[in-house]
Amino acid sequence: MPFEPIRSLELRGITKRFPGILACDHIDLTVGEHSVRALVGENGAGKTTLMNILMGLYQPDEGRILINGREVRFRSPNDAFAHGIGMVHQHFMLVPNMTVAENVALGMKSSHRPGRLDLGSVRKRILEISERHELPVNPDAYVWQLSVGEQQRVELVKTLCLGARFLILDEPTSALTPQETDELIELLKKMSRELSVIFISHKLHEVKALSDTVSILRRGRIVFEGRTEDHSPADLAALMTGHEVALPCVECSDAPRPGGPGLLYVRDLRVRGDRGNRALDGVSLDVYSGEILGLAGVSGNGQRELAETLNGLRKPESGSVRLDGVELGGCGADAVIAAGMGYIPEDRNTEGIVPSFSVRENLVLKDVGTGGWSRAGFLRLGPISRNAATLRESFDIRCPSVDTAAGSLSGGNIQKVILARELSRRPKALVAVYPTRGLDMGAEEFIHKQLLARRAEGAAILLISEELDEIMNLSDRIAVIYKGRILKVVPGREATKRSLGLLMAGVLDE
Amino acid sequence: MNKSMKAVYNAVVILAAAAAALGVGALVFAAVGADIAKAYTVILTEPLKDLIGLTEIAVRAIPLTLIALGIAIAFRSGTLNIGAEGQMMMGILAASATAIALPDLPKPVLLPLAVLAGAAGGAVWGTAAGILKARLGVNEILSTVMLNYIAAQFYTFLLRGPMMDPEELVTGSGTPQTVRIPRAAWLDRLIPGTRLHAGAFLALALAVLVFILLWRTSAGFRMRAAGAEAKAARYAGIRVERYVVAAMLLSGAFAGIAGAVEILGVHRRAIEGVSGGYGFTGIVVSLFGGLHPAGIVPASLFFGLLLLGADMTQRLADVPANMVLVLQGAIILAIVSARQFMNNPYVQDRLARKLSRLLGKPAPNPPAGSREACPDPSDSPDPCLADEAEPRTGGGSPAETEEHR
Amino acid sequence: MSAGSFILNILILGVPFSVALLLAGLGETINQRAGVFNLGCEGIMAMGAFLAFLPPYFLADTPLAGSANLIGLLLAIGAGVLLGLLFALVVVTFRAPQGIAGIGLQMLGWGTAGTLFRKYVGGVTGVAGIAPLPIPGLSRIPILGPILFNHNPLVYLAFLLVPVFWYVLFKTPWGLKVRAVGTYPRAADSLGIPVARVRYQALAVGGAMAGLAGAYLSLAQAKMFADDLIAGRGFIAVALVYFGRWNPVGVLGGALLFSLAQSLQLSIQVAGIDFPYEFAVMLPYALVILVLALVRKSRMAGPAELGRPFDREQRV
Repeated sequence: MPFEPIRSLELRGITKRFPGILACDHIDLTVGEHSVRALVGENGAGKTTLMNILMGLYQPDEGRILINGREVRFRSPNDAFAHGIGMVHQHFMLVPNMTVAENVALGMKSSHRPGRLDLGSVRKRILEISERHELPVNPDAYVWQLSVGEQQRVELVKTLCLGARFLILDEPTSALTPQETDELIELLKKMSRELSVIFISHKLHEVKALSDTVSILRRGRIVFEGRTEDHSPADLAALMTGHEVALPCVECSDAPRPGGPGLLYVRDLRVRGDRGNRALDGVSLDVYSGEILGLAGVSGNGQRELAETLNGLRKPESGSVRLDGVELGGCGADAVIAAGMGYIPEDRNTEGIVPSFSVRENLVLKDVGTGGWSRAGFLRLGPISRNAATLRESFDIRCPSVDTAAGSLSGGNIQKVILARELSRRPKALVAVYPTRGLDMGAEEFIHKQLLARRAEGAAILLISEELDEIMNLSDRIAVIYKGRILKVVPGREATKRSLGLLMAGVLDE
Repeated sequence: MNKSMKAVYNAVVILAAAAAALGVGALVFAAVGADIAKAYTVILTEPLKDLIGLTEIAVRAIPLTLIALGIAIAFRSGTLNIGAEGQMMMGILAASATAIALPDLPKPVLLPLAVLAGAAGGAVWGTAAGILKARLGVNEILSTVMLNYIAAQFYTFLLRGPMMDPEELVTGSGTPQTVRIPRAAWLDRLIPGTRLHAGAFLALALAVLVFILLWRTSAGFRMRAAGAEAKAARYAGIRVERYVVAAMLLSGAFAGIAGAVEILGVHRRAIEGVSGGYGFTGIVVSLFGGLHPAGIVPASLFFGLLLLGADMTQRLADVPANMVLVLQGAIILAIVSARQFMNNPYVQDRLARKLSRLLGKPAPNPPAGSREACPDPSDSPDPCLADEAEPRTGGGSPAETEEHR
Repeated sequence: MSAGSFILNILILGVPFSVALLLAGLGETINQRAGVFNLGCEGIMAMGAFLAFLPPYFLADTPLAGSANLIGLLLAIGAGVLLGLLFALVVVTFRAPQGIAGIGLQMLGWGTAGTLFRKYVGGVTGVAGIAPLPIPGLSRIPILGPILFNHNPLVYLAFLLVPVFWYVLFKTPWGLKVRAVGTYPRAADSLGIPVARVRYQALAVGGAMAGLAGAYLSLAQAKMFADDLIAGRGFIAVALVYFGRWNPVGVLGGALLFSLAQSLQLSIQVAGIDFPYEFAVMLPYALVILVLALVRKSRMAGPAELGRPFDREQRV
């Protein structure tokens, strides 16, 4: 069906509720032809929900969608595709054990012949699109073999193959290096001459670089709309959060670092990943007492394996991990925890807490068999409850009661539960993996302050993050990991985004 | 949803599930040409009419309680034990062999020893599945089902061979059964003229112990953590594999005790068909009892009634006793379906909105943009039913974040 | 009996023995590829076996006797589809956990078949069943002929279905959708593939195959029905899918392995070798455990979301 071009797209009064949350609250949004509209907001502001409604993935509780002034109803993504709307989701929607061509064919209904899948026509279309937009992809590669950057390209090609003239991009740069990000923005600029784009982001310099107009979402409402060039990133930031937020920064002392082994000492660590690949290939690090060492890198370069190995969840092939002089390489998680290691894991919902356990139970998860929480194998319910009440107060955990299932809390409060448990154990060293991912600025600020406080008390903190701003704000020193090796360690104050970005891409010498 | 609305909602869901289960049963009753109302009346009331009936319900409830307690321990620890049937047979063999081999021991020694032997027999069979799962990642449902078939063959082999009553060979009748168990190992009958035996006290005492174990000890805490979210438990330094094995050991031991008690209290010798499906009914009892001892004890009485009632329908309503399997299957399907409605806030929310749209009232708005808490702690998903077919191999789907996708 | 004829006997018995496992395993492969683990297979097979047995039992001396087997097969397939859809309602629409729900379905199917059997048939009675159809010419080849080409039509059908299922799974649009909803339903959903509908379809196909497998047992293999006719073959079929790594060809290999173990066990008994009968019967079950323990956990081969319900609006 040849569809008419979208000259205007209007969302009117879109409202969407989820249990306990009003994700979109009467949102109005109008986007014209050949323009780039940035949709800006904190995590949880409702941006993705709104776009999923536009794609027909969610049905709005109220509101209408109009194309060229005529009301349309999208019951499934197929309807959105039929109108030439396509979306690149933040988490790539690619089936890992299928080829690029098969992934495209999944959406390309014209290839679904009776009793036969016409992959030939899909391949042809992929090559056509990739040539026209200078997006090289190999149609016969399996998705799991591709790097994050390549998968990003495949997503774009896939969306264009499905006929998208109106492109929605949800946080497309979140997994890219600064240089890859620049390339993508150039590419999108070029593409916006023929296409309309809605660009979702919370990174304001990208918004400035790419978009013509900007809409800011806060707590499910549009709070601002305007031309991008009229406003500074600082203005936009204030509008986005609703208040001035100055994230805390580390104050590096000028005293030279002590030499010798760090409190957390890692030497020549070699570890295999889940696929049998060598995920860590001789990593050596020292994290000193009273220091935050930031570990920068594109995710998938060994960060997860490093964190898991340091915490006794993965056996190293060789190498040494010591905490305060005690050898922990090859020890189980229980021994590592007993030695004084703290851990804020990557996936807070399945690694940090037991979701169906109450807040109270989660707060004693690590020490339930020891210390004050049990005697002769029997739980001491009184001290456990008092501990929960104290920590709820001091870490500002917002929950109806400490008997609430931890999994039903918001991400920020779940992270506070984890933080409260880990920090109240007074760890000598702490491994924090993406500690603020997906959280709003208020929670981010709180967590950063807590990490700095722990640093001041003398803990050795390894901060693993994809957010360069976070790493640069908090770290005394910054190490860059690339393909399982530490490429370089630089003092925090000397690091620039550009220099880190090159290192993250594996470029050691300029 | 507020508290009272939630209670109404839960009641509606439970009634709907019960109606669905009874409806499936009614279909089968109709298919065998039985009077549906009469058949249900017989099943549910006939056993309650005299003392024999009442005690026979309790007699059936004793092994059911024991088995269901064991299944609940395993289930709460993240393992679905379908192998109670086989574990019970191994318990019977061990208990009867012990009692028969040591006939001269005094009762205070022999009786506990025989029960412990039964526990050990079941524990061996349960632990095998536990180790296979913990060490080699073998799906415990499949391994326990296979162990059931193996145990059944082993049971027959012993009863027809090495453990057969020599009398049977002499008289030539060849009934596969052991000699009578020595009196010193008998569990006493509580009411003369009935088969109700002292195993009832053991079952009740163990129910209390299971509650204490799971909710009042640090070992139980860790078991439940390992079952609710194995990954988080592992990250918290809990040796999940060890607790999986321990849970299966206990689970098997409970089924073994059930077998021992059944032999020492009811049959007084190992014969064929003692387990008679108790191992499977125990799964239903455990689920029906909410995987909690306080629910399991009454649930086992209810299913004792059902089992006995189904036997009676054969005679009174001309419905084969297999009917009880149909009801059990329907009840399982109804319970697991209903639980998703009761525990899933998304489903509830959607239903609530649909309902309010039907009634023409606007749905109440939750606070904009905030997701501070669920309204009710009991909204938490039930950990025990969140089973997985396979341990996740990773690399499949990317991690999710805070947005709604 | 010579060693040669002993082995030949094992092979000749092994091929038809593999068919029930193969049919059920192929269906279960589709289920699991779509992300659903159907342990109720055993119960569906029981219903299939019972229903397929009925027409030849009741129509034996009527004019319809000639088509009784066909009617039986269709009944079994139809019941399989219905039970598959019932399972889909429970685990896809109601999102119930699949392991325990499968056990429920198994009890339901097994119990219903047993109840109806006792009411309407009573004792064990034989039926004529499906006759062998030697393939002209080929069946006369020495050794290979009797092993491969001297069986009933369902045997040939089952073996032909292996490449058919392979083609469907890997070369058709529907197979692509099935694999996508089992591995990454969100991605399929984002491309407008109706995840729930595809899973329903897969479960209907799986149910039909399980019903057919049951029918094979009562009509072609045992030529009778009994409560314990299935004897765990449904569960073994589920295990085979792991063994065959979700590939129809692998499932065929697994089915042959198990049927050879079974025919070995029978041959041992027939040959009068002094070995306790019960231990011989244990052999296939022990083999399942052994195989499950030895199969290496797959990385990218299988459906990553196996056993997980999908809810578009639910956060993970």
